Amino acid sequence: MKKVITGNHAVSYAAKLSRAEVIAAYPITPQTEVVEKLSELVASGELKANFINVESEHSAMAACIGASATGARAFTATSSQGLALMHELLHWATGARLPIVMANINRSFGPPWNIWSDQTDSLAQRDTGWMQFYCENNQEILDTIIQAYRISEKVLLPAMVVLDAFYHSHTMEPVDIPDENSIDSFLAPYNPRYSLDVKRPRAFGGLTTPQWYYELRYKIERSMAQALEEIKKAGAAYGRLTGRTYSLIEKYRADDAKDIIIAAGALAETVKDAVDMLRENGKKTGLVRIRAFRPFPSEEIAAALKRAERVAVIDRNISFGCGGIFFQEVKSAVFARRKDTKIYGFIAGLGGRDVSDREIADVVYSMDKKAHTEKINWVGLKR
Amino acid sequence: MKGLIPKEEIMSPGHVACQGCGATLAFRHAIKALGKDTIVTIPACCWSVIDGPFPYSAAGVPVFHTAFETAASTASGIRQALDIKGKSGITVLAWAGDGGTMDIGLQALSGAVERGEDIIYICYDNEAYMNTGIQRSSSTPSGAWTSTTPRRKYKTKPKKNMVEILAAHDIPYAATANIAFPEDLIKKLRKAKKITGPRFIQILAPCPVGWKFPSHLTIKAAKLAFETCVFPLYEVENGLYKITKPSNIKKVGDYLKIQKRFAHLSRPEILRLQETTSASWRRLLEKEEISGMGQSG
Repeated sequence: MKKVITGNHAVSYAAKLSRAEVIAAYPITPQTEVVEKLSELVASGELKANFINVESEHSAMAACIGASATGARAFTATSSQGLALMHELLHWATGARLPIVMANINRSFGPPWNIWSDQTDSLAQRDTGWMQFYCENNQEILDTIIQAYRISEKVLLPAMVVLDAFYHSHTMEPVDIPDENSIDSFLAPYNPRYSLDVKRPRAFGGLTTPQWYYELRYKIERSMAQALEEIKKAGAAYGRLTGRTYSLIEKYRADDAKDIIIAAGALAETVKDAVDMLRENGKKTGLVRIRAFRPFPSEEIAAALKRAERVAVIDRNISFGCGGIFFQEVKSAVFARRKDTKIYGFIAGLGGRDVSDREIADVVYSMDKKAHTEKINWVGLKR
Repeated sequence: MKGLIPKEEIMSPGHVACQGCGATLAFRHAIKALGKDTIVTIPACCWSVIDGPFPYSAAGVPVFHTAFETAASTASGIRQALDIKGKSGITVLAWAGDGGTMDIGLQALSGAVERGEDIIYICYDNEAYMNTGIQRSSSTPSGAWTSTTPRRKYKTKPKKNMVEILAAHDIPYAATANIAFPEDLIKKLRKAKKITGPRFIQILAPCPVGWKFPSHLTIKAAKLAFETCVFPLYEVENGLYKITKPSNIKKVGDYLKIQKRFAHLSRPEILRLQETTSASWRRLLEKEEISGMGQSG
């Protein structure tokens, strides 16, 4: 069934279709509609779940951890400061090997207060052991949350599905909402091998000496590597079900491109328009969109950039003192395999500054003359 | 009272607590009262270690170790998961120290109690951050030395009154208990087990290492805390106070003098502590009287 809904409601409907059993959440702009809708769905009985109105995001994640350890499918959603507050427990969820799924709506950090899109919040969580998926549109948001549960429960790692403040969260788009039976055939009930069970008393997460801790971390890394395959498999299976196939990256007019732009999130959709525009003007340009950021699809990205002469990575985020975060990751993936690709890093649209297709086209033209491969290239900076 | 303490041991002896540990006795009795159908979550505290290193566990019931400030919120998640899964007859227990309860975990506990989560929260109270090496917590009593309140600048602020904070949440059941009185402790926990909603029990659990007394005096110290009214035994059940009164009230000095953490106190300082203890005790008696009047009227 097609419905015109916001990105936030796409998240809510996806949690419903995934039959989340325990939802614990705390309100933050621009995430509020996600949990308002979910609390309605729970109250009306459309979703058989328990909703915990916790007193902070920190407790939201703790409650999800408790619920998931007890064998329930747990869900939460947050943004920005809320995600940062959860940080400690993001590590905890990973260490406890709990397949919690969370939606994070990319929003900038304060101060100064700013509620608009910025990828720094989720990217700052890159070392927590959460899988991360960046979505391009509302349809993908809904589809990815459902797939995230299947992947998470397979590899026993939590997953974060990321969307953009306002560009997604508050923008309405037509979204195909699959019927429940078809999703049930795609996503079996969560039935973990180990959970808190009075019949089989076990301790989870007790003191572990250096004798074994190291191996447990190795196993997390091994599961992340396994996730690369599981993401592709889930994306293909979902495609057979709905006609919408997903993978680690998306290529748009990239196969014969001399210049390739790399972007993620809502920004990538604008890049597609810019690519069309550039092609009309004789510039052989393409897009490689990063969908899975953790695990990082190094091999796929390096392969997609094989024939490119120049690569422009556009980051709506910044790691101060080092530059764009996607830029760093792309460089390490490519340079480990090949050193002759010219890769330029561009910072754009921090704190929700609009990035137009025109500006993206200028990014490509700037590589002809003044852009640097060593320094940060700022897009539309008022000096 | 005879025969009230179940003979069956749920907790096993292979734990790694210090000699004379009050917190270990507290759990041993508590889990006897609550039974095997209990899931416990433990935040950072002495019990994160006491239960035993991987792959061992002494608790005898499922244990989920969780982050320092999350005992109440993790327990909420466990309870809500059991409920949605249709698993009934299981007690969900948050088992935390005083720092995890009164300092870093207070917000999560307040939230869980306000929401009316069906959990038992037990604070085993050894009056400082003992696991990290005797640093002061908000439960450290006035006059005490700790490793962050050195003798020249010992703690002067009073111990945080956690039962009052929870009573102000209109909690169905809040009580204090003491390892020196296991029958009373077990009776209170059995009562708590039958109540639905949030329940809070604060168990005084002396720590020989942190309080600086020989390990064979744990029970004596706990007993004196009751007899001197330093740590009163009482319940607040739906707002109604019920105190277990010592038959012969002893001097606070008797309690202080067996613990080296108070060794620096001068006679006038001890007298002041006697005064504040007596004043708190009188206030508690008044609360019992007033709440009882409300009940009969």
